Amino acid sequence: MPTKVEKDSVSGRLTTGHEWDGLKELNTPLPKWWLYVFLACVVFAAGQMLLYPSVPFFTGYFPGLLGYSQRVEVDRAVQAVAQQRAETVNRIGALSFEQIRADPPLLNAALSIGRITFAENCQPCHGTEGTGRPGYPALGDDVWIWGGSLAAIQQTITHGVRSEDKDTRTSAMPAFGALGSLKPAEMEAVADYVQGLFGLPPGKNAAEGQKLFVDNCASCHGDKGQGNQELGGPPLASRVHLYGGDRAAILAQINQPKHGVMPAWNARLSAPIIKSLTLYVHSLGGGQ
Amino acid sequence: MSVHPPLDEIQPEHASLYAGRVRVYPKAVHGTMRRIKWAVLIVCLSVYYLLPWLRWSRGEDYPDQAVLLDIANRKFYFFWLELWPQDIYLLTGLLVMAAVGLFLVTSLAGRVWCGYTCPQTVWTDLFMLVERWLQGDRNERMKRDRGPMNFDKAWRKAATHAIWLGIAFWTGGAWIMYYADAPTVTAEFWTGRASMAVYGFTFLFTATTYLLAGWAREQVCTYMCPWPRFQSAMLDEQSFTTTYQAWRGEPRSRHIKREADAAAHGDCIDCGACVAACPTGIDIRDGVQLECINCGLCIDACNSIMDRIERPRGLIAWDTLARQTAKARGVHEKVRFLRARSVVYLVVLLMGLTAIGTALALRPIVEVAVLHDRAPLFVRLSDGRVRNGYTIKISNKTRRPAAFALTATGVPDAVLTAPDIDALAAGEMILSVPPDSTGAFRILLAAPPVGLHDGSKPVEFHLRDTGSGQQATRATVFLGPNQP
Ligand code: SF4
Ligand code: SF4
Repeated sequence: MPTKVEKDSVSGRLTTGHEWDGLKELNTPLPKWWLYVFLACVVFAAGQMLLYPSVPFFTGYFPGLLGYSQRVEVDRAVQAVAQQRAETVNRIGALSFEQIRADPPLLNAALSIGRITFAENCQPCHGTEGTGRPGYPALGDDVWIWGGSLAAIQQTITHGVRSEDKDTRTSAMPAFGALGSLKPAEMEAVADYVQGLFGLPPGKNAAEGQKLFVDNCASCHGDKGQGNQELGGPPLASRVHLYGGDRAAILAQINQPKHGVMPAWNARLSAPIIKSLTLYVHSLGGGQ
Repeated sequence: MSVHPPLDEIQPEHASLYAGRVRVYPKAVHGTMRRIKWAVLIVCLSVYYLLPWLRWSRGEDYPDQAVLLDIANRKFYFFWLELWPQDIYLLTGLLVMAAVGLFLVTSLAGRVWCGYTCPQTVWTDLFMLVERWLQGDRNERMKRDRGPMNFDKAWRKAATHAIWLGIAFWTGGAWIMYYADAPTVTAEFWTGRASMAVYGFTFLFTATTYLLAGWAREQVCTYMCPWPRFQSAMLDEQSFTTTYQAWRGEPRSRHIKREADAAAHGDCIDCGACVAACPTGIDIRDGVQLECINCGLCIDACNSIMDRIERPRGLIAWDTLARQTAKARGVHEKVRFLRARSVVYLVVLLMGLTAIGTALALRPIVEVAVLHDRAPLFVRLSDGRVRNGYTIKISNKTRRPAAFALTATGVPDAVLTAPDIDALAAGEMILSVPPDSTGAFRILLAAPPVGLHDGSKPVEFHLRDTGSGQQATRATVFLGPNQP
């Protein structure tokens, strides 16, 4: 690039001396301080490169003289948050449900912890926000197999249902059909009666079925099918059913009942977290 | 142009791609423009420094500072107004309108913002006043700067910078007071109890004020500020600017003219008073230029020369390009304030301000939002009914506790419940929101799933402010199974 500064005949000003295919450029000098600011930025950048992680290599990078790392920063921030949270979590652990509910900010914190814990642990079976799925109870309705009070929910979450925990909640419905304690015709009759409880039109042998029901089923399901939370006998006089609401489902359950399992969460979650989870589940709409 | 030697005078052997700074030594002037500038300066600085100290009673538990941007609590107080984050669009709108207002003023009178009210100009003016007070006027300063360092020069320079730093510090400190209670933060500042942010921002604004008004000055306007770069888009030949009336001044010559030889010589005696007075160091006689901030000081400078040589004032005056061209031909042209450009700006400005004003006047003091639960969409109950969950959010911007009676219509046999609220008789429920806060309530609505269309049915929630009796209605849906 030839550099020859000349005077432009039209403007009377000098050119920069640069020429591109015959095009020349008038010289409009930049203020010197601007150049110095630019140089200062270069120096700053060099310092930054030296002090902080900068040059990438194939298998790593130059870590910088200060040894700064964003990962370490994040870890530190996470720890700081955990420490901050520890105070809240400890208070949740120390106070009773009533005390927590009387303290709206604390209750809010517990509900948030509960919501997150639920999403991470319970959602796969119980669905988003406890929507429920066939075989996995919905948590926002008014039907509780083991009870919907805060204490009952806490107990269920802590020790599970048919889990390996020694204090687990457990119940087992006999396989009336498979074990032969009810003959096929008797099972049909019981189903005739139970479908009436379900809200369907009762079958023709409902009266006979009711007798069989009182003898065989009422001890757990209640004489009117209202259920028994002490024993974990689900209510039958209801429109909400874990394993389906039609006649086929009733017969299948009498013949060879399905039994769901819920793990005991005390092995994975601390007591204050379970308490928060309890409050959250209780708040879904079904809490009693 | 004059921050470095005129470009057309540089010789090739001195050519450089960088130009050193040429110090500007503005000379003091007296006159109308200068007086207006002082008045604007006093008003602007008084408002800036004193406004945070103005008290405004809002009652107990509320800040009593008239203007306070409480970032931590997300509340902005302006006298009787209290803005919440939801109202931030009003502030945005106001800023947009401020820009349009600036366009309008610029289309009418050029860069008067730059010349009179821009903080850069105002503080530079103040700093120059200090400089002039301690180091004398233009000639004295130039002489002392050229001369050797001695005691006189040293103490004058030191005192100037000390006062500059003092003003800068006061400026930086005042900034903080818009974001925190002024007396409190002042006390905390001096007892070392203020936060790092307070010290940091005070230092930042002290440093920028000192550097920009003490050192950078016209360099900010010429090289750093984007405004002069696009202001030419708002100017036209009908805009008033500080103008040298070349038809009257030229040909300039260095002797005093009398009426007799007025035809042969212009009124300009090439005394250089206008150049000496200019804070950006330019020669207004070269015409409208990028560097000119329209401060009008050269008008004052030239007027006093004209008075002395007994020629009519106004060789340099506020005028438009169009009128100058006409005058050069001896024609008098009327001023045209109403042009497509200025009318468009004015209309946009008025419409915008009306919209903001209306939005402000109609701004709900209580805001209600109803959100249907995302999941589950509905829950079946043991008795066959269906229950939907909603979250009702009520923002109470008043300074009294508010209670709202909630009812729902549109779904027959609906029962309203809420986990933590007792329903009253007649299906009403009372939602209480403390003053100046937002309450969120989870509401459950249970009803038999009849009359649903595609599993959905409109439902309306009505909230009656038990205090004022005002009603608010929000429409949403009640969802259920497709076939009941
Ligand atoms: S002050 Fe007026 S008379 Fe003096 S040089 Fe400037 S325009 Fe000419
Ligand atoms: S030319 Fe005149 S109006 Fe423009 S900046 Fe200089 S003194 Fe101010």
